[in-house]
Amino acid sequence: MDLTKLSALELGREIKNGQVSAVDAVKEQLAVIKDRDAKYQCFISVEAEKALAEAEMVQKKIEQGEYKNSPIAGVPIAVKDNICVKDMYATCASKMLYNFKPGYHATVIEKLKEAGAIIIGKTNMDEFAMGSTTETSYFGETKNPWDIERVPGGSSGGSAAAVAAEETPIALGSDTGGSIRQPSAFCGVTGIKPTYGTVSRFGLIAYASSLDQIGPIGRNVSDCATLLEVIAGHDIKDSTSVPDLDKNYMLALVDDVKGMRIGIPSGYIGEGLDPEIREAVTKAGKVLAEKGAIVETFDLDMADYAVPAYYVIASAEASSNLSRYDGVKYGYRTKEFTNLAEVYKKTRNEGFGQEVKRRMMIGAFVLSSGYYDAYYIKALQVKALIKKAFDEAFKKYDFILGPTAPTTALKSGNNLENPLKMYLGDIYTVSVNLAGLPAISLPYGIDSKGLPIGLQLIGDAFKEKTIIRGAYALEQTRPAIRPAL
Amino acid sequence: MISDETIKYVAALAKLDLSEEEAVRAKIDLSQIIEYVNRMNELDTTGIEPMSHVFAYENVFREDVVTNRSERDVILSNAPESKDGGFKVPKTVE
Amino acid sequence: MKSYETVIGLEVHCELDTKSKIFCGCTTQFGGEPNTHVCPVCSGMPGTLPVLNKQVVNYALKAGLALNCDITRYCKFDRKNYFYPDLPKAYQISQLYLPICRNGYVEIETESGRKQIGIHEIHMEEDAGKLIHDEWEDCTIVDYNRCGVPLIEIVSEPDMRSAKEVIAYLEKLKLILQYLGVSDCKMQEGSLRADINLSVREVGSDILGTRTEMKNMNSFKAIARAIEGERKRQIELLEEGKTIIQETRRWDDNKDTSFGMRSKEDAQDYRYFPDPDLPPISISEVWIKQVKNEQPELRDEKMTRYMKEFEIPEYDAAIITGSKVMADIFELTADLCKKPKEVSNWLMVETMRLLKVHDMEAEEIHFSGNNLAKLIGLVDKGTINRTVAKKVFEVIFTEDIDPERYVEENGLKMEADDGQLRTVIENVLAENEKSVQDFKAGKTKAMGFLVGQTMKTMKGKADPGMVNRLLTEMLS
Repeated sequence: MDLTKLSALELGREIKNGQVSAVDAVKEQLAVIKDRDAKYQCFISVEAEKALAEAEMVQKKIEQGEYKNSPIAGVPIAVKDNICVKDMYATCASKMLYNFKPGYHATVIEKLKEAGAIIIGKTNMDEFAMGSTTETSYFGETKNPWDIERVPGGSSGGSAAAVAAEETPIALGSDTGGSIRQPSAFCGVTGIKPTYGTVSRFGLIAYASSLDQIGPIGRNVSDCATLLEVIAGHDIKDSTSVPDLDKNYMLALVDDVKGMRIGIPSGYIGEGLDPEIREAVTKAGKVLAEKGAIVETFDLDMADYAVPAYYVIASAEASSNLSRYDGVKYGYRTKEFTNLAEVYKKTRNEGFGQEVKRRMMIGAFVLSSGYYDAYYIKALQVKALIKKAFDEAFKKYDFILGPTAPTTALKSGNNLENPLKMYLGDIYTVSVNLAGLPAISLPYGIDSKGLPIGLQLIGDAFKEKTIIRGAYALEQTRPAIRPAL
Repeated sequence: MISDETIKYVAALAKLDLSEEEAVRAKIDLSQIIEYVNRMNELDTTGIEPMSHVFAYENVFREDVVTNRSERDVILSNAPESKDGGFKVPKTVE
Repeated sequence: MKSYETVIGLEVHCELDTKSKIFCGCTTQFGGEPNTHVCPVCSGMPGTLPVLNKQVVNYALKAGLALNCDITRYCKFDRKNYFYPDLPKAYQISQLYLPICRNGYVEIETESGRKQIGIHEIHMEEDAGKLIHDEWEDCTIVDYNRCGVPLIEIVSEPDMRSAKEVIAYLEKLKLILQYLGVSDCKMQEGSLRADINLSVREVGSDILGTRTEMKNMNSFKAIARAIEGERKRQIELLEEGKTIIQETRRWDDNKDTSFGMRSKEDAQDYRYFPDPDLPPISISEVWIKQVKNEQPELRDEKMTRYMKEFEIPEYDAAIITGSKVMADIFELTADLCKKPKEVSNWLMVETMRLLKVHDMEAEEIHFSGNNLAKLIGLVDKGTINRTVAKKVFEVIFTEDIDPERYVEENGLKMEADDGQLRTVIENVLAENEKSVQDFKAGKTKAMGFLVGQTMKTMKGKADPGMVNRLLTEMLS
C-alpha cells in the first residue's frame, strides 16, 4: 500500500488501527519528497529529523491510547512558510526573512500538535503572500504537478502543489484575496478559506490583517473539513477571533442538497470566463439540480468594484504590516551602510522583491494625506456595499456557485510583467475576503489541455457547513483526478 | 497623476531606496494601477459608513495581569546585530 | 518695542500605572535589564497581535471624568506609521479619529484668580522603547522594555499664557492623576512627559502665530526655562522681521537653549488608519456610572475632610494633600497614633525640610507611616527627646528604619532617672561654680549654660525640660 496516495483521513484510520505506524507514514512521505521535490519545488524547508522524532513520540502516545478523538494523529502535514512554527524557518519566501526562526508557534500549530499531526516542512509561496503564481518567491518557482511549464497558482502555490504531487496528504495555506482557492483550483485539489475570525491569525505573518485567514488544502472535502475542525476556534491571542464558534464541520459531510437554494451570479459566467470553465459551472449546477437543489442565475452587484477595493485595502494594510521589516530586529540587513537611514532604505530595497515593493508604494499612496479619503475610505465604503450585496444574495440563496478563477493554470514566465492583468485574475475570489465570507474551491473536471478546473462555493458568514455539504455532494458525482507524476 | 515626485514621496514613506530603473518602472505600474482603481468613483457611496471591521465585534479585552517572564534569548535570537542585551543600530541622531 | 502675548498649549504623556502593558502580558515595571520585560508581541515579531488591557480603558475613563471630559462612547485605535528604532512595529497604536475623551477642562489658580484651561482630547496609546547611546562604539542600543507601556496623552487647548500658568496646569494634572491612582507621574522616571507648543503674537491680535513644539524638558524648572527661552527667541525673530519656522525643537537644559531637531528627510505623513487587529470599544452608560462610583476622593475633597475630621488648619491641609503620597502617609500615621496634629507637624516641618535638602519631590517619599507613628510614640512616651527624634527621623526619611530598633541599637534612650540626673547636675554645679554664682546674681543666661553642660554630660539623652526643673530646684 502506497501510504502517500491515501487521503489524510484514510491514513489516520490506518495509523489508529495499528496497520501503519506514524513513523512509517512520515518516512514514506519524506522519501517521496526527496524523490519528487527537486522537480516541483513545493518546499522551502523540509524538517526530516524533527518530523521523525515527532512521529516517534506521537506513535508512542497513540499506542498508549492518546489522540482518541483526533482523526489526523500521526498524519504528515505541510505548512505554508508564512505560518510560524517554533524553531523552524518562517521565510515568507522573502529574502527579508531568509534566516528567520520564530521562538513561538502560531496558534494553529499548537492545535495541530494537540491533534498529533506531524509537520514535515514549510511550503513555497509568493513573497509575503502577495501574488497569484508563486513566481515572486525569493527561493524559486514551484511547478504545477499537472504541467511543469505552468504555475501552481498563488500565493499558497507550494501547499497546493505539494498536495497534488502527493508530497503531503494535507497542507495549511493562507487566503487574503484567493490564495488558498486559486492555487487549489490550478492544482486540482480542494481548499477552504474560512469565515474571517474562524481560525486564529496569531502566528500568521500578516499581509492584510482584515482579510487574512489560514485554511486547509487537501485532496478531498472530507480531509479539508477535518483539518478545518482541528485549526478553527477562538483564540485569546487574536482579538479578531470569533468566540462561540460551531466548528462541527465533519457533520456536514453528507451527500444531500435537497431543497438547497443555489445562486450562480450571471456576471461570473459571462465574458472573460474560459468557456470550458463556464461549462463546468453549468454542469455542476445541473448536477445539483438533479440532486434536488434549486439552482438559478442571478445578479450579484458590485462585482466590478471588488478588485480595486481589494487592492487598495490590502496594499494599505500590507504597507503598514511590512514596515517592521527594517533590518533591526530580525531577518536580512544590508551589508554596507553608514547611518540608520541607509539601514532602513537599503535593507528594504534589497530585501523585498518587486511585487512587494509595488504594493508598499501603492499602500503608502492610498493612505497618504490628501489621498486617504479618496482611496482608502472610499475602498472601505465599497467594501461595505459589497458585503451588503452578499447579504442580499444570502437572503435568497444558501450558497453561491461559480468558478474559482477565469482560467485554468497559466503558463509560467511572463505573468509578472503586467501586474494589473494578474490582479484581474482574482476577480472571483477577492470579494469573498472583503465580505469576510467562507468559500471552498472544489476540483471539477479537467479542460482540453488536461488542466484541472476549480469551482467555488461561497457561503454566508459562519456557514461553512452549508458549503461543505454542497461541495461534498458535488464531489461524489465526479471522478477523483490525479496528475501524472 | 502619478508623477516622479509622487514616486519619490511614496518610496520615501515606504523607506525604499529605488534605483532609477525601479523608479521608472514604478511610475508606470502605479499609474496603471491607480487609474484602474479610480473606477471606484463610479459608485455612489454617499452616506455609506466605511467598514473597517467586517463583523460587529466590540470590547475584546484581557485582564491586567502580568503573564510573561523574561525571554530575552528568544527576543534577540534573530537580531542581525545585538550588544549588551539590546539591538544594535547605527547612532540615532535626535 | 511691541507688546507680545505668549500662547501655549501642552501635550502631556502620562504612563499609566497598570501592572501589565497595554497590548500584552509583560510587566510595566520601571527599569530592568534591557529587553527582559519584552515578549514577541511588544517587540513586533512577525505574526504577533495586540490584545487590549481593560484596565487601560478604565484608567483613561477615570482621567477623562476627573478632567471634566465628554466620553467618546464608540472609539477605535488607529495606527500611526513612522520608522524609528524605538518603535518595533514601525507604527504606534494610538487614537486619532476617535479619542476616548474630548472637550474637558482643568481649573488653575493664577494671580488674577481662577482660570479654566481647556482639554482638547485625551487618547490612549502605547509607549515606545528606549535608545541608549553607546559611546564606545558610537552606535545605539535599543531596549524595548518600555514598548507597550500604556500611555494617555492629554492635549490641552492653547489656553496658557505664561510659564507660571503652565506649571500650575501641570501641577494640577499631576495631583489629579496621582489621586486617581492611574499614574505616579514621576517626571524624573519619565512617567510624566510634557511637550510644549508655543507661539507669540502681538497683544490684541486674535490670530495665532506660527508655533514650535519643544521636547526634552525633564523637570518643571526646565519647562519654565524652555518657555522663557523660546518666547524670547520667537520675539527676537519677529522683531527682526524674520519668520518663525514651524518645527520641533529639542531643549537642552545644560545649555539653556533649544535646537531645531534635524528635520527628518521624509515627510511626517503618519498615514493614520484604523487598526484592523483591534475591535472598536463601546463604552456604555453602565460602565461610565461604575467608573464614576469608584472614583476616589480627589484633593479638594480630601482637604476639606482633613480640616474637619482631623481639625488641622487649611494651610496645613493644603500642603499635606499637595501630594497623594504625603496624604496617604498622613492618614495612615494618624490612624495608627491617633495624633493628627503631631503627624501634621512632622510632615509640614521636618519632611518638607528634608525634601529640600535631598532635592526630592514629594512623590519620591519612601518612608512608611508605620515608622513615623512609632517615632511619635517614642517621643510621646518620653523614651527620646525631640532633638534626638529629629535626628532619628532623618534616618527614617532616607532609609525607612524602624525607630524602636534604631534607638535600642544606638543607645539613644533618654535617661530620665531622677537620681542619676541629680547626681550629674550636682557634678555640673560643682564644676561650674562661677556660673552658679552668675545665676544667683541674676544672670539668667547662666541657667542656659548649666542646662547645656548637663545635656552635654548626658550626651543629649535627657529631657531638657526635666533638667531645667531640677536645676531650678537645686539652685534655689
